Amino acid sequence: MSQSADKVIDHEMLFREPEYQTMLANKKEFEFNHADDKIKSIVEWTKTEDYKQKNFARDSLAVNPAKACQPLGAVYVANGFAKTLSFVHGSQGCVAYYRSHFSRHFKEPTSCVSSSMTEDAAVFGGLNNMVDGLANAYSLYKPDMIAVSTTCMAEVIGDDVDAFIKTSKQKGSIPEEFDVPFAHTPAFVGSHITGYDNALMGVLRHFWDGKAKTTEPLVRVPDESINFIGGFDGFVVGNMKEIRRIFDLFGVKVNIICDPSGNWNTPTDGEFRMYAGGTTKEEVIAALHAKATIVFQEFCCEKTSKFIAEHGQEVVVLNAPVGVTGTDKFLMEISRLTGKPIPAQLEKERGELVDAMADSQAHLHGKRYALYGDPDQMLGYAGFLLELGAEPSHVLSTNGGKEWEVKMNALFSSSPYGAGCKAYPKRDLWHLRSLLFTEPVDFMIGNTYGKFLERDTKTPLVRMVFPIFDRHHYHRYPTWGYDGAMRVLVMLLDEFFEALDGNTMEIAKTDYSYDIIR
Amino acid sequence: MTATVEERKATNKALIEEVLKAYPEKMAKRRAKHLGSFEEGKPDCGVKSNIKSLPGVMTIRGCAYAGSKGVVWGPIKDMVHISHGPVGCGQYSWAARRNYYIGTTGIDTFVTMQFTSDFQEKDIVFGGDKKLDKIIDEIQELFPLNKGISIQSECPIGLIGDDIEAVSKKKSKELEGHTIVPVRCEGFRGVSQSLGHHLANDAIRDWVFDRTDPNKHSEFVSTPYDVAIIGDYNIGGDAWSSRILLEEMGLRVISQWSGDGTIAEIENTPKAKLNVLHCYRSMNYISRHMEEKYGIPWVEYNFFGPTMIEKSLREIASHFDETIKAKAEEVIAKYKPLMQAVVDKFKPRLEGKTVMLYIGGLRPRHVIGAYEDLGMVVVGTGYEFGHNDDYQRTTHYIKDATLIYDDVTGYEFEHFVDKVKPDLVGSGIKEKYVFQKMGVPFRQMHSWDYSGPYHGYDGFAIFARDMDMAISSPIWGLTKAPWKS
Repeated sequence: MSQSADKVIDHEMLFREPEYQTMLANKKEFEFNHADDKIKSIVEWTKTEDYKQKNFARDSLAVNPAKACQPLGAVYVANGFAKTLSFVHGSQGCVAYYRSHFSRHFKEPTSCVSSSMTEDAAVFGGLNNMVDGLANAYSLYKPDMIAVSTTCMAEVIGDDVDAFIKTSKQKGSIPEEFDVPFAHTPAFVGSHITGYDNALMGVLRHFWDGKAKTTEPLVRVPDESINFIGGFDGFVVGNMKEIRRIFDLFGVKVNIICDPSGNWNTPTDGEFRMYAGGTTKEEVIAALHAKATIVFQEFCCEKTSKFIAEHGQEVVVLNAPVGVTGTDKFLMEISRLTGKPIPAQLEKERGELVDAMADSQAHLHGKRYALYGDPDQMLGYAGFLLELGAEPSHVLSTNGGKEWEVKMNALFSSSPYGAGCKAYPKRDLWHLRSLLFTEPVDFMIGNTYGKFLERDTKTPLVRMVFPIFDRHHYHRYPTWGYDGAMRVLVMLLDEFFEALDGNTMEIAKTDYSYDIIR
Repeated sequence: MTATVEERKATNKALIEEVLKAYPEKMAKRRAKHLGSFEEGKPDCGVKSNIKSLPGVMTIRGCAYAGSKGVVWGPIKDMVHISHGPVGCGQYSWAARRNYYIGTTGIDTFVTMQFTSDFQEKDIVFGGDKKLDKIIDEIQELFPLNKGISIQSECPIGLIGDDIEAVSKKKSKELEGHTIVPVRCEGFRGVSQSLGHHLANDAIRDWVFDRTDPNKHSEFVSTPYDVAIIGDYNIGGDAWSSRILLEEMGLRVISQWSGDGTIAEIENTPKAKLNVLHCYRSMNYISRHMEEKYGIPWVEYNFFGPTMIEKSLREIASHFDETIKAKAEEVIAKYKPLMQAVVDKFKPRLEGKTVMLYIGGLRPRHVIGAYEDLGMVVVGTGYEFGHNDDYQRTTHYIKDATLIYDDVTGYEFEHFVDKVKPDLVGSGIKEKYVFQKMGVPFRQMHSWDYSGPYHGYDGFAIFARDMDMAISSPIWGLTKAPWKS
């Protein structure tokens, strides 16, 4: 018996005890597994060029993809508006998944309701579910706005969400004038970033274009304010703080359209706040009149950007810039649009970032990285790596397409460190596994799921992509702005130093390099 | 807990009336049937269950896919489980349930991987059967050591009229009888995860038992002491800390359903002498089937906390001869000092502390004994997807006037906890942070909050440690700023 009350051991150590090891060894008798040498030979085969060729030839099966489905992005968007309840029309299990997924990443509650459609709704449509669902949600959770999106079930049966909302209002579920923006977010088109785009456009369209033909469209009266749209971002709690600080330093009035950083960052002080922060309706309306909109993640906001431009605003699209050059461009765009100079404070921070990079660049120079994640974020991180003299050797985006690949290639061509780097649109983490064996790299940048690749290929993982379940509180710190780049730099360096220390620890063998000064 | 039973019942009644006021009238009537106080002596808990959730109320429930892929099939380690449909379902359930296993992932085991057909619009319009056919070929090429493939249907499959059964039969034939199992667990079926468990059980019956050559594992030699563990998903290693006790009492565990389980173990289960069933809710169907078809008796057991473990070990042993009965007593005696030490250490800190639970499967009743072993009192409990037979079984565990809430909504749960003010809430990830914000200690009771195992004697020590650390953490003394008091 290994367990004791004095020193309780859990799963980490308990099953290493001899009685469990014997038990697990004996269990094999009943498993009828393949012979050990057979297993070993397949392990080795999966590391080969031959396996890679076969792996890259598959066109139907996805294995460990790095993308989620549209409604996840829609729930993210709903969470970014003040006192807004996210309402997903369709099967209820989906909503349980979105809520869990976000809560595991942010370590925060995520409120969202479903219209709980079942077999009868599959046959007759989900109108009754919408009518009752809106009434219940309105009565229980007292939102100022309900943002509706759809699961694939509702989309396949073709529910007319606009008509359903109108009927619900006629039936008295919610007041006639109550705001219910909506978006169709079929899971079988695009990914969570497409859902972000559709849902965000749904909110803007609702307020700007006459609330689904129930009021007159608003008339734009241009002013000097600037809109900012961040896109789907796992670091939103840290980043939104940084973005607001930057605009404050400029002295520019900014309308942040969709800011979930309040909902995903509430205090533990004895009170649960179901609604906290977020873009108000007034801000959404004011945003129509803004001089211009800065869209921080192009591929997250393709339709929204077009929609805003059609309303007469200049739209500046960026690709989640990270680092010096990217942040320079972002700030210069704010300056150009507003006519205001770059604040001295930010210029100082720029210098501090360059200073830190100069101090540390030797450690990252020439290091090869594999990255995967959302398309804009990949452009941002790859840009920063190139600035450091590191090589973004494999850049993979399951939800990136042809246009993204072209942009990546242009980025690679812009730096000598981009030579030999390659973008992989529409590929998944099982493809990346092959690449990490056939063309190894020094480090990987990804999300929590990357730990399986780290285990298999021993490539150290830097967690800088949503979702991050197995490390806490990264989302509280920015990755954007000069300050955010500083944080990213430290993350890259920490992993580098950890790896180097780990590789030079063997006593009387490698520990001559176990330096105390690095 | 100083109030009398009658006072507590009156308080519960008032509390229920209060939360129902928030609903539209028609809906309040429907919800009223799911909320109540347990009346001692009654055969069930006095609430309706296994009924459709109200739309728009923030039910905590999931779907049939979650019940099949997430619970029953997903842990079978040497098979590839395809999340068939759009990408999301498989993504959100990817490796999230902590079904521990031993194996080389991606080579001979596949539990913590996400295989999906990643449906696109064209698959919805033209159907996905051809793609599924191709996917099976790709799996065979890239994962040649897989022992079988299951097809876990997501919502669109049943809506677009795909014939996954035909594809499965065709491919199985092409692949010389390779196990291929279609499961019709589309998320819109049924009212919760529960139907998914049932459909998954039926799929094992129809596509594994009925299609497997009884001589497939001809080298398997039966013994009189062969048992199968049914309904343990090895969360944090639960099935292992259970298996060890069964083996110590002289039984031979020939199969684990389905945590750390293999298809061979499933196939050989009809050779068991007794099926021991932990999660009744998710696997009673197949246990009943094996009883009817193969004459294998089954017995429910509870491995949470020494009182219930002791009772269960004796109950299981009663199905065997004197040797086993004697050995069961030896096992009980062997762990007594450990259990006493654990209780001695933690009970003084936890005595009288109140707990509210809201979980799935078996835990809303099964863990009560473990809390009571530590001197704690469960004052409220409820099931996400329980049926009436679960609520009947619950009566053996709970005390008079326990607050009962079936398919609780976010609104109700928050209000109940706010008013009852328990010392601990045990529920899931969606609830965790709500209650912690309120300053209430919390443990996730699905995933063991990334700890575990909690089953068995070794698990109870961990359970006790975890409950103590949740309640005794100094953090809870810091939630109010001193200048605010």
